Amino acid sequence: MNADSQPEERTIEVKAISRVEGEGKLYVKLQGESIEQVQLSIYEPPRFFESFLRGRQVHEVPDITARICGICPVAYQMSSCHALEKALGIAISPEIRLLRRLLYCGEWIESHCLHIYLLHAPDFLGYESGISMAVDHREAVERGLAMKKIGNQLVEILGGRAVHPINVTVGGFYRAPSVRDLKALLPRLEWGLEAALETVRWVSRFEFPDFPVPYELVSLKHPDEYPLSDGNVFSSAGLDVPVEEYETHFQETQLPHSTALYSARTPGDAFYLAGPLARLNNCYEQLLPTSKRALEESGLRFPLTNNFHSIVARAVEVVFAFEEAIRIVHSYQAELTPSRIPYEIRQGEGCHATEAPRGLLYHRYRIGEDPLIAEAKIVPPTAQNQGQIEADLREYLRQLLSLDDAAIAQKSEHMIRNYDPCISCATHFLQLTVDRGQDPASPKSE
Amino acid sequence: MAEKLRLAVFKFASCDGCQLSLLDCEDELLAIADAVEIAFFLEARSQQLAGPYDVGLVEGSITTEHDLARIQEVRKSCKTLVTIGACATTGGIQALRNWANVDEFIQQVYAHPEYIATLKTSTPASQHVKVDFELHGCPISKLQLVETLSALVRGKKPQTPSHSVCVECKKRGTVCVAVAQGIPCLGPLTQAGCGDLHMNRGAICPACNRECFGCFGPQEQVNGQSLMNHYQEQGAKPLHLVQLSRSFTGYAPPFRATSEALESGEEAP
Repeated sequence: MNADSQPEERTIEVKAISRVEGEGKLYVKLQGESIEQVQLSIYEPPRFFESFLRGRQVHEVPDITARICGICPVAYQMSSCHALEKALGIAISPEIRLLRRLLYCGEWIESHCLHIYLLHAPDFLGYESGISMAVDHREAVERGLAMKKIGNQLVEILGGRAVHPINVTVGGFYRAPSVRDLKALLPRLEWGLEAALETVRWVSRFEFPDFPVPYELVSLKHPDEYPLSDGNVFSSAGLDVPVEEYETHFQETQLPHSTALYSARTPGDAFYLAGPLARLNNCYEQLLPTSKRALEESGLRFPLTNNFHSIVARAVEVVFAFEEAIRIVHSYQAELTPSRIPYEIRQGEGCHATEAPRGLLYHRYRIGEDPLIAEAKIVPPTAQNQGQIEADLREYLRQLLSLDDAAIAQKSEHMIRNYDPCISCATHFLQLTVDRGQDPASPKSE
Repeated sequence: MAEKLRLAVFKFASCDGCQLSLLDCEDELLAIADAVEIAFFLEARSQQLAGPYDVGLVEGSITTEHDLARIQEVRKSCKTLVTIGACATTGGIQALRNWANVDEFIQQVYAHPEYIATLKTSTPASQHVKVDFELHGCPISKLQLVETLSALVRGKKPQTPSHSVCVECKKRGTVCVAVAQGIPCLGPLTQAGCGDLHMNRGAICPACNRECFGCFGPQEQVNGQSLMNHYQEQGAKPLHLVQLSRSFTGYAPPFRATSEALESGEEAP
């Protein structure tokens, strides 16, 4: 290169990031070797769930919060039910808790399989979609769809409907699932477990970019079980606190030049990683034997610090979800009575977090004297990962500078898809612009 | 062979649940992909082919100036425009803002409300452009979606049920929750379509021992006020009934009239 010439200025735009839930765009400005600007604009319109939940009745909350997301409605229902139960002092029975875990297994299966097979695997195998990938990999795509269907069936049996379940309520279920319906699913669950193991083998053979990041890994952690609906808030940086302390250690902030809310650690405003990779790192010990073996055989080694491996982590979690579902269905011998704990609605406040497929999902509610919802706070997983996605992008772009613009755009999208971002969920996002030229690590609230 | 029908899927303000219904057609998805050309569907594929399209599926409601302009463009690019789901056909749950002060809503969520550009209303596509067919539901039924697509492939008008949820309860043998348990239920006003009607598994909520809350929107020409008067005579509180009729499809004209009449304390004539 001529030493006198100005470094070349390049701009790369992805006007609509595809194969993610919701809508976002990416703007990158490069000046020679220097990364001048990375803008991840999320143009999903705000829907104001936290605002219009105010004044609604307690029993309506799980029906309403389900509508935040069509892909992970169970996560929203579960976090809100548990939080409201704490506010009202309701103790659910161990059986209800177990069935909720089972429902959650269904959601993990359908959401993870959708992401692995239709949204993410095409990146590794060089296709623009699962649909075109199916031309050459029909058997794999059909396996993914069949597994996803079983996940949806599980949600249907327990929740009454696959998208936006209607059988979930504060205190339990409107109607207990029948023992016969659940047992009838066992052969399919057994098939699914084998298909999930095959999935781990399949995705483990993909080629992964070398991209280790020293993440702070945040997830729930439970002493006895892999986290779905319960646990302490745990971080690889040493945090281990009850969920009631979540807001002491994590804060949502709005950047001066953006309308997006970020979740970051306090103090220090550092970003962190939530989701399957964080869960596997933090809670490996609590996996069941088959999923533990699947992880060992996948060739991944701890600590898992390359988020391109998240597809393997998701596949291992699908094994776990089938394994756990089989265990719970076997233990469900007699129909649940009562299917829901009776309660009086009164003033109170409660919070809870569960593990959505994409990561920790925090809800807090205050019930007023009326007694209607007086305040709602919801921190979705994608809001928690948002800062880290951008930090990853800035870092990953350094590896891509020699490529042409189209390749940079395509690989950046792939990096974003590692997170399985669920943009509609993150109702706070809008027109996000990032310019961290002065201070590369910290979001600052004004 | 005739050219394949070109399909496009567009998203506005929504949860993605209705377009997910297309990907939830696990048994039919690859067949659909063979039968039609999926030219534009951001959630499912990176390939983005330009219009015009034979059929456009629109999910989500209109809540920003940008989307107000975009729905016009979408309309121009599609020969047949089908809106899918409660958001696209009625404004959805986010239409609750239509009865509220949106500035207050923004201030409750954002430290910097000045950056938020949003309309004061959430409205269905049909309020802004001509819509050829509407698929109701929160979410839509994937079976209705498959039927609609196959009808359009054959150049026929799609058929969806126009009877009430009550009919489905009778067919299924569900004991009426309103009559037997005194639970106010929107079943008499709501269009059937939730669940799997072919398998006699429609009317999913009463079958789970709870009220219908109107996911599939109101039938045409229902008398909501009369039903609400009845529930009030049975002891239901007006606030409860306002909120029951003002949820996922609450801005659809019949439900809207019902909840507004309840709020103003009007009695049915």
